[in-house]
Amino acid sequence: MEGSRKADSLLLTIRDLSIEGRSANGWTRLVDGIDLDLHRGQVLGLIGESGAGKSTLGLTSMGYTRDGCRIASGSVRFDGIDLVACGERVRQDLRGKRIAYVAQSAAASFNPAYRLIRQHCEVPVVKKVMTPDQAQADAIDLYTKMRLPVPNEIGFRYPHQVSGGQLQRAMTAMAMACRPDLIIFDEPTTALDVTTQVEVLAAIRNIVEQFGTAAIYISHDLAVVAQMADRIMVLKNGHMVEQAETRTMLAAPRENYTKSLWAVRSLAREAQAPAEPSATPVISLTGVDAAYGSARVLHDVSFDIHRGRTVAVVGESGSGKSTVARVISGLLKPSRGEIRFEGHTLKADYLARGRDDLRHVQMIYQMPDTALNPRQTIRDIIGRPIEFYLGLKGRAKEERICALLDQIELDPKIYIDRRPTELSGGQKQRIGIARALAAEPKFIICDEVTSALDQLVAAGILKLLERIQKDFELALMFITHDLATVKAIADDVVVMQHGRIVEKGLVEPIFSNPTDAYTKRLLQSVPEMDPEWLDRLFAGRREGDR
Amino acid sequence: MKDFLQTFKSAPPTAWFGMVVIAVIALTAVFAPLIAPYGETQIVGGQYEPWSDAFLLGTDNLGRDMFSRLVYGTRNTVGLALLATAIAFGAGSVLGIVAAVMGGFVDRFLSRIIDVIMAIPSLILALMLLTIVGASVASMIFVIALIYVAPVFRLARASAQSVVAMDYIEAARLRGEGLGWLVVKEVLPNIASTLVAEFGLRFCFVFLFIAALSFLGLGIQPPTADWGSMLKENATLISFGDITPLLPAAAIALLTVSVNFVVDWMLHRSSGLKD
Repeated sequence: MEGSRKADSLLLTIRDLSIEGRSANGWTRLVDGIDLDLHRGQVLGLIGESGAGKSTLGLTSMGYTRDGCRIASGSVRFDGIDLVACGERVRQDLRGKRIAYVAQSAAASFNPAYRLIRQHCEVPVVKKVMTPDQAQADAIDLYTKMRLPVPNEIGFRYPHQVSGGQLQRAMTAMAMACRPDLIIFDEPTTALDVTTQVEVLAAIRNIVEQFGTAAIYISHDLAVVAQMADRIMVLKNGHMVEQAETRTMLAAPRENYTKSLWAVRSLAREAQAPAEPSATPVISLTGVDAAYGSARVLHDVSFDIHRGRTVAVVGESGSGKSTVARVISGLLKPSRGEIRFEGHTLKADYLARGRDDLRHVQMIYQMPDTALNPRQTIRDIIGRPIEFYLGLKGRAKEERICALLDQIELDPKIYIDRRPTELSGGQKQRIGIARALAAEPKFIICDEVTSALDQLVAAGILKLLERIQKDFELALMFITHDLATVKAIADDVVVMQHGRIVEKGLVEPIFSNPTDAYTKRLLQSVPEMDPEWLDRLFAGRREGDR
Repeated sequence: MKDFLQTFKSAPPTAWFGMVVIAVIALTAVFAPLIAPYGETQIVGGQYEPWSDAFLLGTDNLGRDMFSRLVYGTRNTVGLALLATAIAFGAGSVLGIVAAVMGGFVDRFLSRIIDVIMAIPSLILALMLLTIVGASVASMIFVIALIYVAPVFRLARASAQSVVAMDYIEAARLRGEGLGWLVVKEVLPNIASTLVAEFGLRFCFVFLFIAALSFLGLGIQPPTADWGSMLKENATLISFGDITPLLPAAAIALLTVSVNFVVDWMLHRSSGLKD
């Protein structure tokens, strides 16, 4: 296929590129010997975990290296121009005009002090591609093409006045302003909810196809890349693992690393029979309402969690799923309703709860970086709950800490005296789990525990949680926005929207046959590995609209 | 122990300079009676005698040995400054962290009191309070500590607030930990480096403040030797082109600079550890 293209259709060629970053002991390789070809109108997907060098490679395609980085060797040629050798002026001229960049967080990339359209028009006017009036008219045209609501007016709003998904689309429109030959998308939908993500993906793909723009699409989510890219390149630790046409790559990955990335997506928990209705649930919420000040965030929330079972609470951001955790843990007092633990009512305020009630309800947090005190050693972090709740001291405490570290698959000899800053994200999260287990609880709340981690690391954490749950017959509440995680770990699911439960029950029946419209939309929005998925989804929606 | 030595080996020359000066001054303070050739208040010669073998740095306005007074002055000035700063830091940082951890009424109440202290210019407040309670060493330490509690409280509260927002504090609260544990074991270690840096800086301010008060006659009372009052007593000599009265001032400057060198290094080290 590549042979059939004309030679001059080659837009970007990277040969034997190595990039180094400054570290405490000299220079370390971030990207090592990468070759890359990109033809006009082609979309290349870059896949890899954090630290794989995806963003570094993406930025180098614009001839840009971050502070403290340097191009050690190799060449980057864009349409016949050597981006490494040519001066900064040439590169400046290309950027924005012929090569554009769309960043991960649109909210952080727009200047909050100016209206969107003013920021949009800046590049075409400065680069003398258009007059201000032309640029403005063109911006409105692009907003229409990006399917933004009220395209005539939306540009005159400030960044904080539009939603995250709209902002991301406005940024893509802005990148399109000079009709560049190449756009680099750096995880543009990672920060968005699944239902919003779908809209943004469709809009991006539509506009890229319309203008025949070449693109490099960086993401850690394989299913997303499958929708966008013609070709996929897998990176690991700065090396290329493999590269192939999207279909070939999805159907038959060659390397073990790629296969393991693929396999993560198909984790599934064995279905369990529904809980005995007569049994006393470990945690039971009945008719809980809650509010922050005058804003009500939970409406009549009721569900049970039984011994040895995992209940996933899913919903988009703002659906109130984290508030449920705050209410159960006693950080937020419900305005109505009650929470029962093994049959007895828990006090609304954690300060009023007895030590035993506190012990049995433990939390694992989303961000492992902020969940562990950086000034304490692992021994202190895990040892404290043991001493505090169980009264163990000295040898007994030490043995217990080591047993817990074994449990979370970290070698006590190596890790017991380390501090959190000396651990990786996944290891920190394991310590968080050990701290929760140290209290010997009956119920653990896991608040988005895998969302800050890479796929393979997250899969390890999920497996660990599942094993621990079996060993101790724990009741788990798993808050997540990722439906793949739900399949991997949960028995029951509670779907929330705008602070209400819209559907609850066993995972399998709800996932295969949702009754609520919102649940349906949520499930449909989860990207699948099939490259045709996005087309089918929108074809289906149009049918439905008629 | 090995780590400890390693740390010192890696110190930059400025920090070494600072540490050596501080060590010398500390030793001088401790062994003042052994070092000084004459007594603190002993009149040993004529007025304003020049530098000689008998009087290393000459004599002062009353004929006391300048060098001996400088040595004894170390003890008084540095010792009192250290004590006053320590009290201000003990009270200020504990109250600041408590305000941040408890929030609500306690926070507002403490913060308003501190605002009141800060609203009055410190030197005027000190002069007023010292006039009311009378100028004695104890009352001076109390007044200085009270004044310097305010900035320490504000700093401790502000840095503790960013720590209190962390999940590990929430985890500790949910565990059922008491206020003491939260303040001492969870928050304090995380803001300690900021507080240590501030301690160095504040120590210098307090030190200068005591010198200023002594210069104004409300600080350390004569005949006790003190660098600030020594400067005042011998100020007339400056008009004759003699640099002797500037020596106490130089000592003040040297110590201030040295303390800051060491603090800078410590701050640099602790911020490096965070990465």
